[in-house]
Amino acid sequence: MTMQQIYLAIPLLPLLAAIIVGLFGKLLPRATSHVLTIFGVAASFALSAFVLNDAMSSAPYNETVYSWMKSGNFSFEIGFLIDRLSAMMMVVVTFVSLMVHIYTIGYMEEDEGYTRFFSYISLFTFAMLMLVMSNNFMQLFFGWEAVGLVSYLLIGFWYTRPTAIYANLKAFLVNRVGDFGFLLGIGLVLFHFGSLDYASVFSVAPQMADVQISLVGNAQWSLMTVICILLFIGAMGKSAQVPLHVWLPDSMEGPTPISALIHAATMVTAGIFMVARMSPLFELSSTALSVVLIIGSITALFMGFLGVIQNDIKRVVAYSTLSQLGYMTVALGASAYSVAIFHLMTHAFFKALLFLGAGSVIMGMHHDQDIRNMGNLKKYMPVTWITSLIGSLALIGTPFLSGFYSKDSIIEAAQASTIAGSGFAYFAVLVGVFVTAFYSFRMYFLVFHGAEKWRTLKHDSHHDDHHHHGLMPADEPHEPGWVIKLPLILLAIPSVFIGYIAIEPMLYGDFFKDVIWVDSAAHPAMHELTHHWHSVFHTSAGMALHGLMSLPFMLAASGVALAWFFYMKRPDIPAKIQIKFSTINHILENKYGFDTFNERVFAAGSRFIGNKLWQIGDVSIIDGAMVNGTANFIGKLSVVVRKLQTGLIYHYAFAMIIGVFLMLTFFTKV
Amino acid sequence: MLNYFYHHILSFTIWVPVLAGIAVLASADENNPNATRWSALLGGLVSFLVSIPLYTRFDFTDGGFQYQEGFSWIPAFNINYHLGADGLAVPLILLTSFTTLIVIISAWEVIQKRVAQYMACFLIMSGLMIGVFSALDAILYYVFWEAMLIPMFLVIGIWGGPNRVYATVKFFLYTLLGSLLMLVAFIYLYLSTGSFEITDYYKFAMPLNVQVLIFLAFFVAFAVKIPMWPVHTWLPDAHVEAPTGGSVVLAAIALKLGGYSFLRFAMPIAPDAAHHLSGYMIALSLIAIVYIALVALVQKDMKKLIAYSSISHMGFVTLGFFIFNNLGLEGAIVQMMSHGFISAAMFLCVGVLYDRVHSRQIESYGGVANTMPAFAAFAVFFAMSNAGLPGTSGFVGEFMVILGAIQSNFWYAFLASFTLIFGAAYTLWMVKRVFYGEVANEQVAALKDLNKREFLILAILATMVLALGVYPQPLTDMTNATVTQLLSQFTQSKLPVGLGL
Repeated sequence: MTMQQIYLAIPLLPLLAAIIVGLFGKLLPRATSHVLTIFGVAASFALSAFVLNDAMSSAPYNETVYSWMKSGNFSFEIGFLIDRLSAMMMVVVTFVSLMVHIYTIGYMEEDEGYTRFFSYISLFTFAMLMLVMSNNFMQLFFGWEAVGLVSYLLIGFWYTRPTAIYANLKAFLVNRVGDFGFLLGIGLVLFHFGSLDYASVFSVAPQMADVQISLVGNAQWSLMTVICILLFIGAMGKSAQVPLHVWLPDSMEGPTPISALIHAATMVTAGIFMVARMSPLFELSSTALSVVLIIGSITALFMGFLGVIQNDIKRVVAYSTLSQLGYMTVALGASAYSVAIFHLMTHAFFKALLFLGAGSVIMGMHHDQDIRNMGNLKKYMPVTWITSLIGSLALIGTPFLSGFYSKDSIIEAAQASTIAGSGFAYFAVLVGVFVTAFYSFRMYFLVFHGAEKWRTLKHDSHHDDHHHHGLMPADEPHEPGWVIKLPLILLAIPSVFIGYIAIEPMLYGDFFKDVIWVDSAAHPAMHELTHHWHSVFHTSAGMALHGLMSLPFMLAASGVALAWFFYMKRPDIPAKIQIKFSTINHILENKYGFDTFNERVFAAGSRFIGNKLWQIGDVSIIDGAMVNGTANFIGKLSVVVRKLQTGLIYHYAFAMIIGVFLMLTFFTKV
Repeated sequence: MLNYFYHHILSFTIWVPVLAGIAVLASADENNPNATRWSALLGGLVSFLVSIPLYTRFDFTDGGFQYQEGFSWIPAFNINYHLGADGLAVPLILLTSFTTLIVIISAWEVIQKRVAQYMACFLIMSGLMIGVFSALDAILYYVFWEAMLIPMFLVIGIWGGPNRVYATVKFFLYTLLGSLLMLVAFIYLYLSTGSFEITDYYKFAMPLNVQVLIFLAFFVAFAVKIPMWPVHTWLPDAHVEAPTGGSVVLAAIALKLGGYSFLRFAMPIAPDAAHHLSGYMIALSLIAIVYIALVALVQKDMKKLIAYSSISHMGFVTLGFFIFNNLGLEGAIVQMMSHGFISAAMFLCVGVLYDRVHSRQIESYGGVANTMPAFAAFAVFFAMSNAGLPGTSGFVGEFMVILGAIQSNFWYAFLASFTLIFGAAYTLWMVKRVFYGEVANEQVAALKDLNKREFLILAILATMVLALGVYPQPLTDMTNATVTQLLSQFTQSKLPVGLGL
């Protein structure tokens, strides 16, 4: 096989499996669904691993697969750019996808939509691979929208539920708001660069740094700033940055495996990947980077707060995802693109682990998702317990675990950044550490330790995945089978080790050489980090040992301690705080009012304007006054004109001839 | 024999369906509607096959008129039977013969009264519309243009809904008003040039004020057909009253007659006026895209919603015309083709529901996906294409027009891009209310999923939508040379040198 065939096979195998299972799954034995799709994605993973290995030693591959369309001087192509960035993304995507495929066998076992689900997640894998492997903006947009489509289908997987079909429509529309900016950004790139091919755009970019365009009146805007901000609006939609974050918490209506795959590990990080891929453009605009930095900081901090008051196990993890996406965005804004990608990778492992762990808990609890009904699950679900603990420790940045390396690097980068807004960013990510540790361990303690609260629970309605009920007081939770446990264990391994192994080559080696471009003179953060590494840390172990005495670690530790004190030692305190600070609690419960605002202003506003335009514009003015008005006018006029209708042919003929002559005279004169 | 066919291929594509329609009428036996159906299908199939060589024998490097043929028709007035097709006309001709075939299959057991007349109307209309797309003589064009309205009136008037008379009259008045002004323009051009040859008009220099009048006369005729805001209100009414097949042809082809004619007449004959008035044209297009999308959002009737969506999508077509660059113009043509497939599919989907429940109201449904899963899959797919999802044909045209518009003015593209949000909003909101949720009522509970015939036509359309979305190059290869030629016509000033009068 040539390399091109291998590259083609990587996205096409999952696509093929998705098509076969999607079209014929119902006719084939049930097991075919998972056998085929797992085979597809496993082969895809194996090939991706091979490609990553190959990319370590060879030059980037940048070739067209086929010409999509030509128009005038522009040509649009489908092609692959395989360098270390895309190869790494391919491995992460296919690995997490493989884990989720296996996990799904257990999680969706009883669901009627079993084959449909496998078809969708394989289709998703295809779309995500097309996105990361693209060598041009058009195909990037294709993958971008295709993952959005599958996300729509999967959030609304249980399409009879009102909440699910509300959430999937909302997710799609909010993402479309982001795509609105993204498409305009792509349009400006094509207009000013004459191509959508990454390589040609990036090679010309430095010469475009000083180009000014005028959009409103004569005010001059830097072209690169406009393009980068527009592209970033796309990233804000997909990667759920404030204020386009509102769809992600609601997306938890989808089955848990896809929350892990799409809404934690892969799709939502597409925006981060995109900005990192566009580093040669973003580096040319400090203004755009400041916007990125500030949006990221707001997301990192304020979404973290919301995690504190959630009681639905999936929503806690969802808000933590939002906050972590904010961290990645901060890294991008600080020009530490490699750090953002590094955190993207570690986060993919530990967040997928946390979600799948949450799914395991949900199964054990018979589809009760309220953490207030859980407790002491460590006794019944040891594998889930240990792996979830590992995931939580990685998330809060415990030294030596993967999350520590990536998160501490982001904090350092925010500290070292010099662009506008970096002070706030540093503050936000520091406070975020404490908040993250607090809500993560609040959940951990409530779920795995303490009293077995379902035993004392009165049975009413629960929010759940399958419309089943929770545990009865006499029931005991059971850990699900190996198809659930194996992915947890396989994800726990990289959650522990990947940071330790990968930090030096990825951030300070030449892994991203020629892939990510940083203007060190203007944006020195990464340069300082490198200096710090070589002068102070030297090794991964050195960084971890230093980390034990650092401020972030203190904050994380105190967050854990506070969670322990509140939820293990003195469970009466949180309730009192809730009453005492009811205003703050109210604001948090309303999620800062974003949903209400969007619902009232944008959704209701559009419907209101639409109705008015229809009733007043179309019905009253155009149809009422003009069309029917003309008819009425003619009706009245005809009463008068009728008198002219003598019934004599020659009168008519005369009038017609006069008319024709008049018309011709008028036209031939001018 | 074969050579004779190739030399007169356009005549064959026009007259085979017309004759087939007449044959179906003549041979109809009321007691044996199935024989009528099969003969209509045969007629449609042969008509479609006859049009295929237009693609296979097409010269992709030639932007001018190919397959030309003709003879002198009325020598006294220099009126010729002159046919020819370029890279703009050929795709639309193929779309016409293809859609007619789909309509015949879709009517199979749905139409029970006057089967032969129904089938014949569509066959004859197909030939006449192909005539519009291939006439190179103004009078010939005008005859086809007016003649195709007759079967359309009959389709709405006979097989239409309860309010069909109002809809037909409204449709008739709107189009008649426009057509008359167009005829005046033709007479003026004839008196000035002594010819009805369209290509002669291309060479005829005119001062700007004359061009503006000519352009406006054409504009009224074509804007009604497309339809552009504010002369669009006949379309939702016509769609609501039309039977499914009527809606399909109306949306998929009849609207394109207007778009096609802009490029064939108004813009190349009066290019300076087209530039002079382009600001207004762009404004009307953008109003169509945004205003109409918002109106679509609040529709309660599925057919009205899709009708408004059509108007909004046709806004992209006219926007693409008047930004005068390759991407915009070619995108507009792609958008016309894509809208042909997608709107046909959407109306057929409504037809599938209407045949079972006899309601077009969104509120009559809910949870249809529970009882009709295969149908729901198709409906979601076509809804996504309507919302312009990449990978479907709906994306290609909009993408090209937006990229073209941004080269003209950033804010044109900005406003046009609202379709990303509104297009998704009105389409998917309808999908949500019709297909998702719990089974809403007993009628929905009793629904039967697609039969083989319905499945077949939706599958064919889905394949086309997907093929054009994944690989639009075969289409743009056809249009490339023609678009370049059209643009050079549009940009070459025709103002007389020296004195203007």
